[in-house]
Order: sequence, then structure tokens, then C-alpha cells
Amino acid sequence: MSAPNKSFDPVEVTPLHPDEVARVRDEALAAFAAATDLDQLKAARLAHAGDRSPLALANREIGALPPQAKAEAGKRVGEARQVVRAALEARQTELEAERDERVLVEEAVDVTLPHDRRLQGARHPLTTLTERIGEVFAAMGYDIVDGPEVEAEWLNFDALNIPPDHPARTMQDTFFVESADSGLVLRTQTSPVQIRTMLTQEPPIYMICPGRVFRTDELDATHTPVFGQVEGLVVDEGITMADLKGTLDHFAASMFGEGIVTRLRPSYFPFTEPSAEVDLECFVCRGASVGDPANPCRTCSSEGWIEWGGCGVVNPRVLVACGIDPDRYSGFAFGMGIERTLMFRHDVRDMRDMVEGDVRFTQAFGMEV
Amino acid sequence: MRVPLRWLREYVDLPVGETGRDVAARLVRAGLEVETVDEVDVPGPLVVGRVLDTADEPQSNGKTIRWCQVDVGEHNAEGGARGIVCGAHNFATGDLVVVALPGAVLPGGFAISARKTYGHVSDGMICSLKELDLGEDHSGIYVLPADLAAGAEPGADAKPLLGLPESVLDIAVTPDRGYALSVRGIAREAATAYDVPLRDPANFPLPTDDSLPGHPVSIGDPTGADRIVLRRVTGFDPAASSPLWLSSRLHLAGMRPISLAVDITNYVMLELGQPLHAFDESRLSGPVVVRRALAGERLLTLDGADRVLDPEDLLIADSSGPIALAGTMGGASTEISAASTDLVIEAAHFDAVTVARQSRRHKLSSEASRRFERGVDSSLQPVASARACALLVELGGATYVGASEVDERPARSSLTIPVDHPGCVAGVDYSPDVVVRRLRDVGCEVAGPDVEGRIVVTPPSWRPDLTDPNDLAEEVVRLEGYDGVPSVLRPTPAGRGFGTTKRHGLLISRALAAAGLTEVRCYPFVGVAALDALGLPADDARRDMVRLANPISDEEPFLRTTLLPGLLATAKRNVGRGFTDLALFEHGRVFHPKPGHPLPVPRPGVDRRPTDEELKALDDALPDQPFHVAVVMTGKLESDGWWGPGREATWADVIQVCREAAAAIDAPLIVAQAQRAPWHPGRCAQLLVDTGAEPLHVGYAGELHPRVVSELGLPARTVAAQIDLMTLAGFAEDLDVGPTISGFPMAKEDVALVVDEDVTASAVEDALRDGAGELLESLRLFDVYRDERLGAGRKSLAYALRFRAPNRTLTVEEASAARDAAVAEAARRVGAVQRT
Repeated sequence: MSAPNKSFDPVEVTPLHPDEVARVRDEALAAFAAATDLDQLKAARLAHAGDRSPLALANREIGALPPQAKAEAGKRVGEARQVVRAALEARQTELEAERDERVLVEEAVDVTLPHDRRLQGARHPLTTLTERIGEVFAAMGYDIVDGPEVEAEWLNFDALNIPPDHPARTMQDTFFVESADSGLVLRTQTSPVQIRTMLTQEPPIYMICPGRVFRTDELDATHTPVFGQVEGLVVDEGITMADLKGTLDHFAASMFGEGIVTRLRPSYFPFTEPSAEVDLECFVCRGASVGDPANPCRTCSSEGWIEWGGCGVVNPRVLVACGIDPDRYSGFAFGMGIERTLMFRHDVRDMRDMVEGDVRFTQAFGMEV
Repeated sequence: MRVPLRWLREYVDLPVGETGRDVAARLVRAGLEVETVDEVDVPGPLVVGRVLDTADEPQSNGKTIRWCQVDVGEHNAEGGARGIVCGAHNFATGDLVVVALPGAVLPGGFAISARKTYGHVSDGMICSLKELDLGEDHSGIYVLPADLAAGAEPGADAKPLLGLPESVLDIAVTPDRGYALSVRGIAREAATAYDVPLRDPANFPLPTDDSLPGHPVSIGDPTGADRIVLRRVTGFDPAASSPLWLSSRLHLAGMRPISLAVDITNYVMLELGQPLHAFDESRLSGPVVVRRALAGERLLTLDGADRVLDPEDLLIADSSGPIALAGTMGGASTEISAASTDLVIEAAHFDAVTVARQSRRHKLSSEASRRFERGVDSSLQPVASARACALLVELGGATYVGASEVDERPARSSLTIPVDHPGCVAGVDYSPDVVVRRLRDVGCEVAGPDVEGRIVVTPPSWRPDLTDPNDLAEEVVRLEGYDGVPSVLRPTPAGRGFGTTKRHGLLISRALAAAGLTEVRCYPFVGVAALDALGLPADDARRDMVRLANPISDEEPFLRTTLLPGLLATAKRNVGRGFTDLALFEHGRVFHPKPGHPLPVPRPGVDRRPTDEELKALDDALPDQPFHVAVVMTGKLESDGWWGPGREATWADVIQVCREAAAAIDAPLIVAQAQRAPWHPGRCAQLLVDTGAEPLHVGYAGELHPRVVSELGLPARTVAAQIDLMTLAGFAEDLDVGPTISGFPMAKEDVALVVDEDVTASAVEDALRDGAGELLESLRLFDVYRDERLGAGRKSLAYALRFRAPNRTLTVEEASAARDAAVAEAARRVGAVQRT
């Protein structure tokens, strides 16, 4: 650096000469433009915009100028430096963008590669279907109740108005606990849970009891000795068949789609009087297949209705056996097979598939039905 | 109950053109379960033929076929009669027979065509009753008897003569409707359904001349029977055979024609619903009595079984001893034979429960017992026996002698109900007129309503099931139509939704499925062999099982005490089907007999609520049946792939699954070293639940014993676990206390502790936790290391400890002091030495 010399003519300081400033500026700009990658640009930056670059050195010379020359030289050098800085930044941005583009392309992967490292789990569709049914009734304010599978005959039969020698006892082929007159059975229905509820709870009672039941059927495509049932019970003042019908219609619509209704057909169960079979309006064809052989419906066999379960008005004798005043309270009850519901709701053809535990069956349903 | 439609039409004027399916639909709506409608018909030409000429031709196969020339009138061939080859010989020239001509299709889809056989072109087929599905008889072809032959011309359509086409309704009769086990009962429902009158076949005229004595009879036990009628006929022709209308109706109704006398008793039973029995009077000894069996008595019944009788059995007896099991089956000693000419027809009203019990006791369900146990009309006995006698006279040439009867029926009882009761039950406003009319439709006598709106209803003798007000309500509602009941959704009071047990089951099932396990559901039936395969010791509590009296398989008569047998068998099945990387779970009950509660279980009455003591006795007799969850894993838990090699499921994974299951319901699980069949003795964890006091046992987890694995044919290193969910859930955290989150910096301290091999990680961890004090935020084992420099039988466990204070930044000295205290406690409890 030159020493301060107030008498010196500024033009005589070579680095500050306008031509010289313009030259090193243009040199810098050319170098930046010539840089093809960030490393070259870095070198060019050090050479042309760094502390030791010609313009930086020229800047320092300004102090040596006489005061009257400082302003003009300062402006000249400052402008040049600003142009250089701007060009550097622009080029930097440009080259970074180029680099990013290249690198990100190089790093691209096939995101469709599978990554099924862990085994995939699944819940049994009977479990998930039972849970769904439970949710429908929980939302209506019902309790979802459980009970024992080995049950006293009194609870499975007697209290349900099925006397010991009534032919209705043989309607359900019963597993007896050894010995045959032990008084214990594998429950043939979940109704004993209803009895237990009535024995321990004052009306109003609104409950369902899903669970496993047992009958001595051999396993085949449409029978299994162990199967699931969901039964419902309501005991309150002024309950009628109309309330039963409304509840079943709501249940049907919740499980099978808005507007799907049920139909009641007279039947007989000892624990209900009047009793009825529950038919479900076919949720696939909605009856359109009836009388239309060109468009048969597999789900309802073109009947328009699907047999779903049984129901009725609770027989007052059942209320009496549970200590509930039949003159004050009445009730309704209904019951459906869960396997059967799964079969027609999901087009399962063979009940054995639900029993054998083949993972392909369960996994086809995943976590929800 | 199978009902031929033509039979039904005898009593009801159904609209002309109404098909079997139409009638079925009406009956279904009225509450009869019509399972199928069978159409019995022969499409195509089925005509009367006259046999003009026959020639018997022996064949090389030993048979002799008959080459017949048959005149079929307008259906004759150009040259005259048709030539037909026939295998039967029970006919002669001039007989009229039934000929299926080419184009006809016999039942079973057998299409008739002209075909070459035995050297002739057989231009049709001469039919037997069996081939027409009108009988069982296949001993020869059907030759039209004189009454049918009269007026029948060759070539005429044979179907009207045979009662074809016919529709048969197959109706599943519910146990309450005994009356529907008769054409009469179905006809009554059909008449109501079509709103037309019923011609009641029970309005049959009784014999006017009963002056001659019947066979002496008495009722020794009025609790077993309240009415019996015996009618005598003589001079019956035992060679007389049943006419076609009778035998074909029996056949279509599903009963086998046997002999005229037996067919008549069966026919009347089907017609009216009253079971009848025919005794050979020459084989009766002295008066007939209805009584209970005496100890040691025996009876050879018609099915050939020599039965030891129970003192509860109700019998028909004579002075020789038992001659029939009342209402169930007759005895061989008085059976009518091919020589019987003098018959006694018995019609009785036996007690339903008595018949039901003896039918079950003797495992002998008959057409008669099915009807008696469902309730037989107590007014029918004189009519039904008279009807049978009239048929014996008409068809068997018998002469009616006379009757004897004991009638001790109680007076019919009536019910008084509010006339609006049916409407209150249905939620429908029925007018009193409708209620009264509908009750009269089912045969009730109805008086009223009185000023208070009550009616007095006397149910008919054929409806013993109508005992309660709601029984009457059902009759009104079903006849008015269930489709008239509106759909009303009433608001319900607040409920509790899923209970804790259900919720826990669902939470665990979700957690295990999310962890990669697939849920299965196995039968709860097991055999001893399955427990042997698990290597359970002889005195293992899991061998104490509930046994079924009538299991599906004698190999598996017990209820499971562990979920493992079913789950392991399911695993094996899947592995066999190629799913070698497998993780399964089951959530279900196991059954443990409760000691000290002798069976049988008490049976309180049903006319009141049982007392709390009675209910407790019921519950006490039940086995414990807690929900368990079990897991089995085999093969790779993580599979090989482009990412690198996979990983086999190990004992550690299955124990971790148990931890996750417990975490799903927020239950504090403790893992301890244990030995227990069927697990590998060195790789078995006992699972306990932290109760706050003494931990309770809830299960086991780990690798299965190599011997068990090979015994069961499972892949090596299969791992499994079982948890008693009931006990575990009992200690699920109900109310977690929320933590206070400190924003101050954390201090990390790592320690490596050398301990003996037999010191468990959980013991070291417990010591560190207790020693570290309240500043410890978390602790994690990050390495297990063994090295000869540590010495034989030693291992190093490396832990990362994180300390943090709620209200300040910890100093280096504080953190070190806490660490040292933790190490010191580990040293004190388990002899841990810190590696430096």
C-alpha cells in the first residue's frame, strides 16, 4: 500500500485508474462466467472477489489519496465491487441450481420398491364383524355384555321357558358336560347372558350379548359345532313388536346400507311370544332380481330377502323366572348368527374357511370388515 | 310334515290354478315354515296301454325279458301296437298298464326314448310305481286295478288316474304346533289364509251302532293318559292291498306303505294327527290297561329291539304284560300279521311329557311320539278310530264290531284377557272385532268383550299350546300379518357400551394384529394326546379338564385348559400349506373345573326368581373360564429382501409380543426366568403382573421345547406364549398419572456392569432404577457383551442412564453421584462390578 501522500495526483495511483478498475472488474466477470462448477467459481471468487483480489487491494489504496480524490476513486471502486459481487452471487445461484438438479436426479430411487420386511397381521373377520355390531348398538345406548360358555342348564334352558322334557330342548343339539345329567351344558345360545342380566339388573335393560355358542353339528360348508351369535334384549315399560321392528331396521341399515329393512315372519321360540324369523332385504339387488331370471342375485338366490335370525316379544314367563314384573314391563329379543352374517355380507361360501385358521382367509379381511 | 296338495284340496277350496308355491307363500306368511315344494310329475306322454301279446325270451345273461305288444290307442305305431321290452312278468295279456312313451321324462330325469335292446326296438317303457315316484314297489310293473281300469281306454292320458301332477309341501313344524302335523291342521291354516271355509275331516260320522262290546280297557295311571278308545273289527281280509290313492299318498307324505291295515292307521294319523295302533285281537290276552312299567319288565318293540323298561315308562299292557310303549311304538307280541282278521284299533290321548321322556330314554323317536310330545287333539280319539274302522270295512272287507272307551279328560280351561292385549303386544291398534274374529279363526271360543273390555277365550282342543295371553296375541298378530307391524325406533336411555372385558379383548386383538400377528379361532375341544404331545407332567393342573358327555369326536372329549394345542395345530396346518413364516394368535376362553362343587347343578323352579343362594350355587358349579390369549411364531419375523437378510422370530420376540399385549391394555408386566412345559427349560419366561404387592402369575412365553416341536411336527425354534388375560386385565392401570415434563437439560451417563451369567437383566435393571433415585428419567440396556477378559461365566451389561431434574440444570457432580448410587445398588444386590 502506498503511504498517504496528500500532494499525489490520484490518477497516478495505477490500481485506481479508471481503466484499470474497469479491467479488473471485467476480468472478474469473465472469470465468474467461465466457471463451470462451484469449485471453479470458488477459485474465481478467491481470485477476483477475495481479500487479496485486485479490487480489494485497490480499495485499500483509496485511503492513500488526497481527500479531494478519495470520493471519486471510492465511488469508482465501490461500483466495480458491487457489480462483481452481484455477478458472483448470480453465478453462485446458477451453479448451485445446476448442481442440485444433477445431484437430486442422481439420488432418485424407485419408490415402488416393496418394503414388506415385517409380517403383516390381521384380525379374524368374525372378531371385526362382532366389533362392528357392538359399535352399532353401543351408539344406540346398549350395553355389550359377556357371559360364560359352560353354562348351567337352568340358565340355558329352564329360565328361557324350555322345560326339561319339552321338544324345544331337542331343537338345539346340545353338548352336555359329563355326566349327561350334570346340569351343565355348553351354551347353545347366548340367551343365558340375557337371563343373567335380567337377574342382576333392574329394567330398563338395553343390551346385546355377542359370543360363542355350541351345538353338536358336524362341520361342513354351512354348519359348525362352534359358532358366534349376537343376541339383543330390551326390557322396558311399553315395549312392543313395533319397537323390535324399528330396532332391527336400524341394525340392518347400519350394517348393510341406508334404507335396507327387515321383514318378520311368524315362527316359534319358547322364550319369545309372539316369535318371528327375521329376513333382511337383499342389500345387493334390493329385490330387483325377483322374477328376473336374466339378472339372478347370488346373495339372496333371487328371493329378495335373506334369512338373518330370530326374534320376538320376550315371553312373560321368562320375565317371571328372572323376577321382573310382567304386568309392568315387556321386552323384545333377537338373535343372529355371526358366521352366517359374514357369509352373506362378504360372500364367504364355506364355513370351514372360518374355522381352519388358514392365514389367507383372515388376511384377506385385514384389520376391518 | 309332507302335504300333497290334492289331499289338502279335499278339505279347502283353494282357488283353481293356485300352485304349490302359491300355497306355500300364503302358509309361510301365516307362520308355517314351508321348506320346499316338490313337484311330482312326468313331463311328456304317459298313457294307458293294453297288453295285447307277450313273449318271454331267455337271454344269455340269465334274465328272461318279456317282449310285449302294447296297444296305446292313438299313440300306436303305424303298424299297430307298440313293441316294448319289459323286465317284469307280473302281468298278463289284456292287463291295462302305464306306458311312458318316447319323449316322457320320469322322476329323477330319466328320459324315455325308443332304443334298441335285447334284439328289439323298445318303443317306450311299462312303468312300476317306484319309477313314477308314487310308491316303493319295484317288484313288478303297475297293473291298473279293476276300479281304475274301468273306463280307462288305451292311449288315454294316465296322469289323472295316477293323481299326477302333484305338488308336495314339505313343512317344518315347530314344537308348539302339534296340530300342524296333520293335513287337517295345515288345511285349517290354509282355509284361514285364503279366507275360505274348512271342511274338517274330523267331522266324520261316528258308528251309530255301538251296541256290541268293544275290547275291555282301563286307565291305570291318569297322569299318563286321560282318554283311550278301542274299536274292534272282525273278518278283515289280510290279503287285501292298499289302493293306489292310499299308498301313493302315504308315499308322497314320506311314509312307506306296508300293509292295508297299517297303511290305514298311518293314513288316518296323517289326515287327522291322531296316532293309531292296530292290535291283532287274537293275540291279546284279557283286558287292556294303560299303566306304568314295573321294575324288570321288558318289551320287544316292532323295530326288533328288546327293551328293558323304566318304571316311568307308560305302557299299554294286557294280562300277558306290556304290549306297547304308549304313544311311541307297538310290541311284537300283538303285532298284526298276514293272518290277522280280528283287529283292535287303539286311539289314545297320552301325556306329552311322559311320551317325550320315554322317547328320549329309549332313543326311539316315531311318527307317533313326535305328535304326542307336541300335543294331540284330545277330542279326536273316537273319530280317528272310527275313520280307521270305516276304511278297514271299505277296503279290507271287515265288519265293525264295537267300541270301548275311557274318557277322563279335564275340563277345558279358558283365559281372560283385555281385548286390546294383542294390540299392546304388537304396537298396533286392532279393533275388538278383529281380535275376536282372528281368535275364532284358530278355533277358540270367545265371549265378550265385557264392559271392561275383557274377553274370555277357550282355546280349541287341538291347541294345547295356547295357555298364556301372549299365545293368543301371537295368533291375532300373525293372522293379521306381521307386515302390518310398524317400525318404531324409540329413544333409549344412556348405556355403558363395551364393558372392560370386551374392550380389553378388542384392544389386545388390535395390538397383536398391528404387531404382525394373524388372528385365528380354534375349537375348544382337546384330547389327552394333545397334552401328552406338549410333554405336560402327569400331575399338571392343565390335565384337570371339563369332560363332555357327547363330544363331536371321542378323541377330543375335553374342553381346553390351554389355547396352545389348537393354536399349534393351526400353525402346523399353515406351515404345511407353505406359510412357513407365521405369527398367529388366538383370544378365547379356557376351562378349569372348580374343585369341591359336586354335580349335578341345582335346578330352581321358573315360577319366580331364584334366591341369591340358589343363583350362587349355579355359578359356583360352573368351571372357571377365563379369557386367555396365546401366540405362536415360527420362521422369519422379518423377511429377506432387497434391503438385506431377514430375521427369524426368537424367544425374545415372543416375550416382547407379550409385553406389547400387556401395554395395549396398560397392564404392568413382569418377566422372570422360569421352567415350564412345553417350553425350552432355558428359554422360558414366566409372565407376572405387578399388583403393587406380590406379583401374580399370568402366563409363560419363550421357545418351545425341542422335543415338543419335533413331536408336533413344527419347525425348529418355534416360539409361543400364553397369557391369562383375566388376571392381567385385573391390574390394568385405570387412571394413569400424567408426567411433569421438565425443560431443563438432560445429563447422560453410560455404565457397563459385569455380573455373573445367572444374574438376569431385569434384576440388574431393578437395582439400577432403585439406586438411581428420582433424578433418573430413563434407563435402557444397549449392549450385552461376553469376553474372556471378563472371565468365564461373566457378562457385561451396558446401560444408558438419562438424568434430569424438574426444576434446575443438573451439575456434573449431581449426575455422577446419582450414577454412582445406581451402580452401588447393583453391586450390593447382584454383585455387579463397573467396567472402567
